[in-house]
Amino acid sequence: MIRFLLRRAGWFAVTLFCVVTLSFAMMRAVRGGPFDSERALSPAIEANLKARYHLDWPLWKQYAAYVGPLELGEQRAAWLGGDGTRVFGGVLAGDFGPSFRYRDTTVNDILAQSLPISLALGGVALAFALVLGLAAGLVSAQYPRSSLDTLVRTTATIGIAVPNFVIAGFLVILFAFLVPLFPVAGYGSWEHMVLPGCALGLPFAAYIARLTRAGMLDALSFDWIRTARAKGVPPRTILLRHALRAGIVPVVSYLGPATAGILTGSLVIERIFAIPGTGSHFVNSALNRDYTLAMGVTILYTTLVCGLNVLVDVLYTWLDPRVALEEEG
Amino acid sequence: MGALLRWKLDAPAVTPERGAALGAEAWRRLRRNRVAWWSLMFLALVGLTSLLAPLLPLPSPAALELSAEPTPPAGPWTSIGNHGFQREYWPLSSVDERLVDARVALFGDWQTGPWLGTDSKGRDLLSRIVWGSRTSIAVALLAMLTSLVIGVTWGAFAGFVGGRTDRVMMRIVDVLYSLPFIFIVIFLITILQGWKDLLETRLGLNREAVFYLSIGAVYWLTMARVVRGQVLSLRHAEFVDAARQMGASTARILFVHIVPNVFGIIIVYLTLSIPSVMLFESFLTFLGLGIEAPRVSWGLLAVDGADTIHPLGIDWWLLVWPAVAMGTTLLALNILGDGLRDALDPKSALAAKGAAQT
Repeated sequence: MIRFLLRRAGWFAVTLFCVVTLSFAMMRAVRGGPFDSERALSPAIEANLKARYHLDWPLWKQYAAYVGPLELGEQRAAWLGGDGTRVFGGVLAGDFGPSFRYRDTTVNDILAQSLPISLALGGVALAFALVLGLAAGLVSAQYPRSSLDTLVRTTATIGIAVPNFVIAGFLVILFAFLVPLFPVAGYGSWEHMVLPGCALGLPFAAYIARLTRAGMLDALSFDWIRTARAKGVPPRTILLRHALRAGIVPVVSYLGPATAGILTGSLVIERIFAIPGTGSHFVNSALNRDYTLAMGVTILYTTLVCGLNVLVDVLYTWLDPRVALEEEG
Repeated sequence: MGALLRWKLDAPAVTPERGAALGAEAWRRLRRNRVAWWSLMFLALVGLTSLLAPLLPLPSPAALELSAEPTPPAGPWTSIGNHGFQREYWPLSSVDERLVDARVALFGDWQTGPWLGTDSKGRDLLSRIVWGSRTSIAVALLAMLTSLVIGVTWGAFAGFVGGRTDRVMMRIVDVLYSLPFIFIVIFLITILQGWKDLLETRLGLNREAVFYLSIGAVYWLTMARVVRGQVLSLRHAEFVDAARQMGASTARILFVHIVPNVFGIIIVYLTLSIPSVMLFESFLTFLGLGIEAPRVSWGLLAVDGADTIHPLGIDWWLLVWPAVAMGTTLLALNILGDGLRDALDPKSALAAKGAAQT
């Protein structure tokens, strides 16, 4: 187990290194920088700006400063809120540097402000997807080939085939205009989270329902289920006690991709519902060429998704002890 | 269809006749699956419509009336107008020019009315959906082609060579798989905008082509995994040994002997991933990184529809019809993909039949 975790941590480090290095290289290779605007800056101002963000340093030095293990000197460290004594600044210490577009703001400030919002939204969506998907899948598997089953399967297939902003549109029309239950957009109270959470979670609920149904039907055909049935265990207990653990293995392995998908989907949903989360910052930063912010979000989300994948793998062995971690590590 | 099923046979003596018989068997199974068969027919219809779009008597998808208000679906059933293609604004290929000429010869100035309504710039929605299908299908096909080339080569090579190379190559796929790839694609597209001059003048790639290619570059991972798995199981088949002993090169064995045998599963995966590519297109278009006006795609239409939601009266048709077009097509693709998988794999077909009956 520990060996597995160590090995995964090693791969994780390699992955992150590649992401950071490649995106840094691509970013600096582009012509046109974040300070381009309609009005041409005077050379002196431009030089000053570049000096401030260390864009006049040689590339290797910029990279080293961005990643971390380089003494930055008191001035910059103090400006970032440090005391100038630490040796590891930069990404390694969780410091993504100053934002290029929002002057006087660090990427960390922006993330600290927006990440909780996005995580809350993603959490609501994931919970919604799991609850609805598992429930629908279980019902579907308990009464296979019934009309209820057909309904669930059809709805699930349609849910997968429509983009989430269209779902969001329908939800807004239905529950904000026709039946005014929830606010149209904005952020603040729990009511603001309901529609975005649903719109974000529905496609994943559909997929989870399909996976649960298939997994449960598979699990229900095992010998030990027949044994349980033969000795008179009530159907509900069989379903929830005996079959569920084996049946939701596919769902667990889908959790990693689902989280990644929900994080991505939130780019769109946050825009529709005007939620000030990380997703909208990411899109804006990409369009504004705010490179440090874009990189910060990319690195952060990569970390999140990779970390979650490890967690899923660990959960996997707990659910299905036949899966050996060592083999695939 | 003939080559599709040969990978199922472990015997090396696959004669073309038997292969054809197996292909025909799969075809028959597909036809017997009524839902999948109708999905195929529906998709053929969609494909034909988009191919023949210039021939159809539709109003221009691009002619703007800036002062127009969106109008709901209504009559009159027919109207008079010309196709309104301005060469510099909406370039047509030579084949399409012919089709437009044929249309003028056939229908003259007669064209359909606003059957599905018009949008906020007075453009006919039906026409835009039909023309938009061209872009969406092109995105899907080109992205699939890219992922096919990269994925099949990568997966087949890894599976065939095996050993350390295989481990490293598949580890790379695993690592890429665990990344939130869309962030990287968005990053890529943004970055590539900075290289626009270089790409357009030197390589002749426009923004849309870059867009297609970057989508394809994301979707090859699953393909590589699937192909590798299949190739692993074929690597020591007798016909491969035979080819090797006759002195065939690795590349020849791979692409002449092995890849045709995994074609069935490749087709299934292509069918099943086209929906996600189309969704991805709409996603990027929503973020302003995909198709741009005056070009039109289903993603762009859905985005326009979602944009029109406001409390002062809802222009529902702008959201509903693109969603219906996209939804039915993707639904049909999903069903067809499942049907193909069942048809090509009798074991899962039995399971599906058991589940689908009564």
